[in-house]
Amino acid sequence: MSERYGFSLTTFSPSGKLVQIEYALNAVNAGSPAVGIKALNGVVLATEKKSKSLLHDDRTIHKVEPICKNIGLVYSGMGPDYRLLVQKARKLAQEYMLIYEQNVPPTQLVKRVADVMQEYTQSGGVRPFGVSLLICGYDYDEDRPFLYQCDPSGSFFPWKATAIGRNFVNGKTFLEKRYSDQLALEDAVHTAILTLKESFEGQMTEDNIEIGICDKEGFRRLTPAEVKDYLAQIG
Amino acid sequence: MGDDIMSYNGGVALAMKGKECVAIACDKRYGVQNRTIATNFTKIFQYGDHCFVALCGLATDVQTVSERLKFRTNLYELREQRKLKPIVLYNMLTNLLYERRFGPYFVYALVAGLDPKTGETFVYDSDNIGAISDNVNLATVGTASDFIFGLGELFFKPNMNPDELFEATSQALLNGVDRDSASGWGAIVYVIEKDKITLRELKGRQD
Repeated sequence: MSERYGFSLTTFSPSGKLVQIEYALNAVNAGSPAVGIKALNGVVLATEKKSKSLLHDDRTIHKVEPICKNIGLVYSGMGPDYRLLVQKARKLAQEYMLIYEQNVPPTQLVKRVADVMQEYTQSGGVRPFGVSLLICGYDYDEDRPFLYQCDPSGSFFPWKATAIGRNFVNGKTFLEKRYSDQLALEDAVHTAILTLKESFEGQMTEDNIEIGICDKEGFRRLTPAEVKDYLAQIG
Repeated sequence: MGDDIMSYNGGVALAMKGKECVAIACDKRYGVQNRTIATNFTKIFQYGDHCFVALCGLATDVQTVSERLKFRTNLYELREQRKLKPIVLYNMLTNLLYERRFGPYFVYALVAGLDPKTGETFVYDSDNIGAISDNVNLATVGTASDFIFGLGELFFKPNMNPDELFEATSQALLNGVDRDSASGWGAIVYVIEKDKITLRELKGRQD
């Protein structure tokens, strides 16, 4: 497709906006909510994962995905676009490893992934990605956690805590009140679940949310059993 | 000499480990087969506060590889906003060399460095297509590498202090190059410690 179009489909409107990117952000804001919170010793990512049908085998599809040992992703928006970005991010992380024999620092991976997203707003015959990503990671040189958001435009923002997707405004307001620089990872997980609960319709169970944590040991997705424990603590 | 491309210009380098210090040394000869042209051609390049690379082999490739590596390390430091670690520099260099696997650069490389915080020492060597080695006590490259290796093994002791390390490195280099017509004409030795780097020039046999 893209080799036949020599021109970009994302063009400026008279007011200076790239309308395709605005529309992509609309797709993101219609997607299911995701939350990221950076604690003192780690980062937590959480998202709603509601199945459309009781027949869905929802334990086999994941929204929270590891990219490499120390980095994980979650998204809001279009699932298939996310899948592609996960594959690209994984490849970028391994390319870095091949050259430097080091785990890619989160900042570096974010730059590379954001560059890919930007490419799709300027290259011929393609449309922007309909996802915003929350990227969490641990930087071993600086010995601290990072949380970034990547938008369809290719901009990226470092966050202490943020929410994306449906009701993200309420989510961020909630986080502004609840966030503290002294949060430990355990508290951050609780806060993330509570933030999701604000916009959650129905009963929250370990099968309709997904949580990932990243600390010095690396990134991992919590098992449904662990999620159930956290939910029980919330009551 | 003959038509062996790796001994066309001559030259040698050596790196040795001590206790929280490393030494890297090279000769200064630049020649074309049996004719010595210059005696100020050093083969050691610095890429960070405590990261050094020595390249021996065809002089044009010594220059080109050192410059192309500098290109990559400059961009790395700007992009990543961090200083190079010896292991990262080593991997970048071997990656650079392997990119030319089927039309290689004619240089063998040594990487020597130190972690200024922990005092951990690093000495690695590589062939001209980027074969990696372990972190070793002693490594040599160049036309007199075998001679210097033998002497180096003899003089090496574990956990040497900077002065002992300097002596062992210098003696191994100076006496090794005397057996090789393509190396010599002076030498330089860097001794890299956590808080300082000392560069010393050695005057050996000027032949």
